[in-house]
Amino acid sequence: MPEPVIELAGVCRDFPSDPPVRALADVDLRVEQGDYMAIVGPSGSGKSTLLNILGLLDRPTSGTYRLDGVETTALRDGGRTRLRGTRIGFVFQSFHLLAHRTVVENVMLAEVYGPHPRAGRRTRAEQALEQVGMSHRIRFLPDRLSGGERQRVAIARALMAQPALLLCDEPTGNLDSRNTEAILDLFDGLRAEGLTILVITHEDGVSARAKRRVRIADGVLREAP
Amino acid sequence: MKLRDLWTESMAGMLARPVRSALTTLGTVLGIGTLVVTLGIAATAGNQIVGRFDELLATSVTVEVPRGGHNPLVSWDAAKELRLLRGVTSATALAQSDKSSNLVVTANNLLDPTRVSGQTLAVVAATPDLPQTTLGRMLAGRYYDAGHVSRRDRVVVLGEQAAAMLGITSLEHAPAVFIKDRAYTVIGIIGGLRREQILASAILVPPTLGPDIGLKDVTRVLVATQLGAAELIARQAPLALSPNRSAELQVIAPPSPKRARDGAQDDVNGLFLILGLVSLIVGAVGIANVTLVTVMERVAEIGLRRALGAARRHIAAQFLMESSLIGLTGGVIGASVGMVTVVAVAAVRQWTPVLDVRLALAAPVAGALVGLLAGLYPALRAARMEPADALR
Repeated sequence: MPEPVIELAGVCRDFPSDPPVRALADVDLRVEQGDYMAIVGPSGSGKSTLLNILGLLDRPTSGTYRLDGVETTALRDGGRTRLRGTRIGFVFQSFHLLAHRTVVENVMLAEVYGPHPRAGRRTRAEQALEQVGMSHRIRFLPDRLSGGERQRVAIARALMAQPALLLCDEPTGNLDSRNTEAILDLFDGLRAEGLTILVITHEDGVSARAKRRVRIADGVLREAP
Repeated sequence: MKLRDLWTESMAGMLARPVRSALTTLGTVLGIGTLVVTLGIAATAGNQIVGRFDELLATSVTVEVPRGGHNPLVSWDAAKELRLLRGVTSATALAQSDKSSNLVVTANNLLDPTRVSGQTLAVVAATPDLPQTTLGRMLAGRYYDAGHVSRRDRVVVLGEQAAAMLGITSLEHAPAVFIKDRAYTVIGIIGGLRREQILASAILVPPTLGPDIGLKDVTRVLVATQLGAAELIARQAPLALSPNRSAELQVIAPPSPKRARDGAQDDVNGLFLILGLVSLIVGAVGIANVTLVTVMERVAEIGLRRALGAARRHIAAQFLMESSLIGLTGGVIGASVGMVTVVAVAAVRQWTPVLDVRLALAAPVAGALVGLLAGLYPALRAARMEPADALR
């Protein structure tokens, strides 16, 4: 049996204040390869903290986190950065595209900080854009694109590094219903190709499309039916 | 991260806001430009002073012969022998005394009570090669030669001004001048002297006639040398003229070119150098300020790059590279503007511009260094950011 992509065991995250705030309390989570999972919860429930820990942007106070079989809590900053760059593709609510770079340059950015060769980078970026159906906008600047198109470019950038996990933070939060639908269709397609997708959202329509749903409230995680 | 990727990202970061980057470079442009102009003008002016010596002064050596004693220190023939020295192009021995400098000379011996016919003029005995040594030319007639000298012909040559004062304009009727009531035939008028211009108002007589007017011994030797030989000739001439008593001769040699250049360098206006350095510091503060603002504006971009796998050192390297590029651009533009200014100033003053190649290379490097230093703090701030905070 292959290693799970994500394996959280007894993860806690406290923020130092008086009294200390416990943002995550004893979280256990297992995400298998090819899972399409939604984490839902109201704002302030600990969603963002969980996302930061899953994305290796933050460390848990206690507990262990194995990503793709690698124990991450003992890793130093450099190792976590490398792991983040190679195993995780991020998709953000606000897209985070560089306004002065063309679509294809934005996607190519995914390979700047890795061991990837420069040769063929543009071709790989164009392939990633084809995967999300954006081949016709390669030389556009992001401000000429609609919100849905921008998010698809951001997804192409995330896919470029061929990650083990696509980590999406409110990916449809800035989109209208038609564009939301298109992005969710895209996720279905990627899921069918075997990608592991984890979406954090507060929209029921988005979570309904996922195969697994996990609810978080006051830092406690519960598998939802 | 590969160097070419770092270069691409930094260039893109700098060119994303071209107007801001251009304004930021302005401080460095001014600083580097001022420094280049100051150093360039100093070098140009220094070379200019040296250049002025070149043609005449640097090739003139004068030996003053003190008078006194029964035996003359320098014989009339010694000047001729001086030409055997390598580097001497021409040498002339002169004799002149206080008395001979104030002789009444008249153009005729009629006593006309209604006008002043006599002029007080200097009479100088000189060897026949005076025109070559003083670079003069004959306005009329000819200069006396060795024949006149050996025959003791009673001939004189008038300096240009002396001729005008005596009213002698042409030699058609073989005019004569009277010195101490003796008549001398004027055989030539010399003008356009470039060395010893004072001789233009003198009456020149062959050395063999000197004793008649109290000019027995050589008092001065003029030497024209080849370019660069003056220093050597100044050392050799006294020995050649008077081997036994060379120490008594006084040599007036041109200042050596090296010393002239040093003197010019000392005149470099320190104030302008300080001004350039101050502008450079102001430019550095400007770069630091703008880079800091840029870092704060690009927090989200920094977060994204960290999410894409950028380590802290990658972030720091990019911002350092961007500020260095701005400094380098300022340095290149400043150095160019400075050099054009130096050339323009030189052209207006009709100088030869002198630009040190090392200065042209060092100025852009200095600009880049200023940018690098200015970017240190902002880059550190950017690198210290927590990715989770940056993405919020």
